Amino acid sequence: MSRLIEIFWSFLKIGAFTFGGGYAMIPLIQHEVVHNHKWLSDKEFGNLLTLAQAAPGPIALNTAVFVGYRERRYLGSLAAILGVVVPSFTIILIVAIFFSDIRQNHWVDAAFKGMRPAVVALIVAPIVGLTKGMHWWMVAIAAATALIIWHFGISPVWFLVAGALAGVLYAAVKTRRAGLL
Amino acid sequence: MIGTLLQLFVSYLKIGFFGFGGGYAMLSLIHSEVVERNAWLTNGEFSDIVAISQMTPGPIALNSATYIGYEVAGVWGSIVATVAVCLPALTLMMLITRFFLKLHDNIYVKSVVAGMKPVVVGMIMSAALLLILPHSAEGRSFIDGWSWAIFVVVLIASARKVNPILLIVCSGLAGVLIYGI
Repeated sequence: MSRLIEIFWSFLKIGAFTFGGGYAMIPLIQHEVVHNHKWLSDKEFGNLLTLAQAAPGPIALNTAVFVGYRERRYLGSLAAILGVVVPSFTIILIVAIFFSDIRQNHWVDAAFKGMRPAVVALIVAPIVGLTKGMHWWMVAIAAATALIIWHFGISPVWFLVAGALAGVLYAAVKTRRAGLL
Repeated sequence: MIGTLLQLFVSYLKIGFFGFGGGYAMLSLIHSEVVERNAWLTNGEFSDIVAISQMTPGPIALNSATYIGYEVAGVWGSIVATVAVCLPALTLMMLITRFFLKLHDNIYVKSVVAGMKPVVVGMIMSAALLLILPHSAEGRSFIDGWSWAIFVVVLIASARKVNPILLIVCSGLAGVLIYGI
């Protein structure tokens, strides 16, 4: 029982202090899981990151489930995931309850008019870094995907499925060739 | 009411299951479900939630689930959407942890991740496009020259690794100065 509380508490801290999500969370998660509690080694943590990025869903959630399961099976997973969810759930619920009342306020509205273009800039910024290591034709596929989603409103799900299938096909051909040689 | 809750559950289950590539890529998926398909939010409200998510802790997928769930169907809505977005990560990561610990150097996994990569980048681009050039005039992110000025400054600062929370807060203050007074 005490171990479950320890897991819950540890992921509660991760959930409460990681702003910005995703990659910004990794150092804090690593500090808690690897250095503080020694639940994983550095190498295991590296492998976990690869898996957490390959699997769908936020990295913090995936890491929580993985570490929780390793320590205390299903209950451990549940304790860890609750830990991540509780802070963000509580804070956002409070914001949601009060926000609709103050959204029309003159000053709040002015602040959000300033924040909206900033949000767009924060989304645009990582694109340059992401496309750097890619072939030009991969960038072209990315751009075409973006234009189709934007113009026709087609769900991105179909493109993800197509990308995954292309990957499976590539791997199948490659292993087949390796087998023939 | 039950119908709305069910629709929320299905939408966020989808977002959780296809949420590859982290926060910004998931935005395109969330936009597709919440703005395009169900019209629960306008483009502008969607952008506001992204700004709020940046300033509060926790992954953006979780934040948006809690917030939009509340907007659409009250406290129960926020609980249903939050649980739904966690479920795929919970079950898939448990399976991965239990059976496929060595999955991280499997050629199929690697190829699927590689195949989805251009799509994920395309999804981030489409999220940016949808906010820069929305299909309806309501809730535009860019209303005048000041918007573009904020966009450019934040873009440059973000490329120089300035903290995103700081950037959002400063843009909010800029908004108050420009549009409030």
